[in-house]
Amino acid sequence: MSDQFYYGIEVLLNGLMAGVLYALVALGFVLIYKASGIFNYAQGVMALFAALTLVGIMEGQIPFSHLINAIFGTDLHHFGWEVPALLAILLTVGVMVLFAIAVQRFIFRHLVGQEPIILFMATIGLAYFLEGVGDLMWGSDIKTLDVGIPQGGSFWIEDMTAGLGSENFFGFFIDKLDIVATIVAIVLVAALVAFSQFTKQGRALRAVADDHQAALSVGISLNFIWILVWSIAGFVALVAGIMWGAKSGVQFSLSLIALKALPVLMLGGFTSIPGAIVGGLIIGVGEKLFEFLIGAPYLGGATENWFAYVLALIFLVFRPQGLFGERIIERV
Amino acid sequence: MKDSVEPYVTADGRTIGDRMMEMRNITLRFGGVVAIKDISFDIREGEIRAIIGPNGAGKSSMLNVISGFYHPQEGEVWFRGEKRPAMKPYQVAQQGVARTFQNIALFNGMSVLDNVMTGRLRQMKTGLWSQMIWKGPAEREEVENREAVEKIIDFLEIQAIRKTPVGRLPYGLKKRVELARALAAEPDLLLLDEPMAGMNVEEKEDMSRFILDVNDEFGTTIALIEHDMGVVMDLSDRVVVMDYGRKIGDGTPDEVRNNPDVIDAYLGVDHD
Ligand SMILES: Nc1ncnc2c1ncn2[C@@H]1O[C@H](COP(=O)(O)OP(=O)(O)OP(=O)(O)O)[C@@H](O)[C@H]1O
Ligand SMILES: [Mg+2]
Repeated sequence: MSDQFYYGIEVLLNGLMAGVLYALVALGFVLIYKASGIFNYAQGVMALFAALTLVGIMEGQIPFSHLINAIFGTDLHHFGWEVPALLAILLTVGVMVLFAIAVQRFIFRHLVGQEPIILFMATIGLAYFLEGVGDLMWGSDIKTLDVGIPQGGSFWIEDMTAGLGSENFFGFFIDKLDIVATIVAIVLVAALVAFSQFTKQGRALRAVADDHQAALSVGISLNFIWILVWSIAGFVALVAGIMWGAKSGVQFSLSLIALKALPVLMLGGFTSIPGAIVGGLIIGVGEKLFEFLIGAPYLGGATENWFAYVLALIFLVFRPQGLFGERIIERV
Repeated sequence: MKDSVEPYVTADGRTIGDRMMEMRNITLRFGGVVAIKDISFDIREGEIRAIIGPNGAGKSSMLNVISGFYHPQEGEVWFRGEKRPAMKPYQVAQQGVARTFQNIALFNGMSVLDNVMTGRLRQMKTGLWSQMIWKGPAEREEVENREAVEKIIDFLEIQAIRKTPVGRLPYGLKKRVELARALAAEPDLLLLDEPMAGMNVEEKEDMSRFILDVNDEFGTTIALIEHDMGVVMDLSDRVVVMDYGRKIGDGTPDEVRNNPDVIDAYLGVDHD
């Protein structure tokens, strides 16, 4: 086997790991869309907001300190304590649940039965509002996030695989952070699937996704289910935010991970959880392999972002409902 | 505030009790359309109460008022001797009122078993945390409710399709699954909107038998809308007749059949 082949395998592995993260972000979209028919444009900003909040809590930052200082002429910035990562994560989950309740209470409860485009517009408004709130609460400087996930290449894997092809093959370079992210994402996806399949709230969630009227008639509160899915989506956003934030720092560009989920959704369908998972893997592997085989050698590189969309468009033309997408059924 | 009525025993030996549900001067409008106009009637414990009338008479609207899907502009709904505040449909369901829909509302992506299990949500009390832990109370609760659901599935003779996704079933079976889901809630009051519409004679006979058995064996109070006069006369203890949103008759099948207003409403009116 040539070195080229083994480098190909390394690319494939990295693609799979990137794909799992794309799937995670896409899952946030699918959950809300399935249960409420809302395409949540704010999902990416939610990841940013969650990561900002996590860093802010860990570092003991005083929320809205700029605002407070501007009004009262004070000079506040930190409480002077640090919060351990695990506790900070739990607190951030709490913040995301409060966010879910607020979104439901102040926006979507008043928009029940509106056209999908109106709901979509509302989420655009929500996205920019949340971005502003994030800025105001925690400041707009770039922050580093360290929740204790190991980083850097795994020497163990590198040593174990070195010399596979020939003397000149230095072994697979795989970032430990990517491995952790992959494991976390797999566990989270499995847990979400188990939750929706086996628990009573999961069954209620699937019921609401299927037929609102029927769900009401068996005693399910739509309001509760919607708060539940927005909370879960907030949690998924937090996990995605932690992984991305640990890798590239917490800054505005983190909200653009939503752009990574779009081709996954086009490919996997907006209503399918398996679609989001398989779609994420295909996009992850597809874009990395294309970059490795064609993009970098012949096209000057940096093809990953646009190639994902080309791949998605090709699928879209042949299967508009997505890989496992359900046939679109009119809701009465 | 409650004026109760004396219980009585029917010819076939069932006891009809006090008023369970009472509609007082209900008026429901959609913009300019008056779907229900100043209607009052009651549903007594243990009885089978039919609502009949030509197309567009307001029958489904009345059922929707009872189940909390529509909210009347005027009038009061009394349940078990108390005035019911404006309620959301899920709250009415949690009070023990189950229903089926004229245009079948099932969870098409879910299996028959899962559909019927959703009917048990009212009985399942464990919270989010124990459900997430799963082992222990949540699992026990699931098993218990599963047993109850299997009994209902046997009762309605749909064992053979337990695992089939509902979307793939023929119309008649869908209606039966919808009834199973409603029964799974062990309701005190069961509302059926045209349970036999679109069925062939044999399916109608089965469905009639199930409705009578439910009433007889479980003592469930039933209010049903039906167009087939033969079925209505056979099944029901008392009948409300509606026409253009008004009530034009109320009484036993015999009384209603001989009511001149009812005869007028049905003469020359096209109904199926
Ligand atoms: N959600 C609604 N919005 C507007 N109008 C409605 C609504 N529901 C019912 N109506 C109107 O109320 C009137 C009564 O309708 P309803 O469905 O109650 O009649 P029905 O007796 O059940 O008729 P059918 O035998 O055809 O089922 C009709 O004029 C109908 O158009
Ligand atoms: Mg009707």
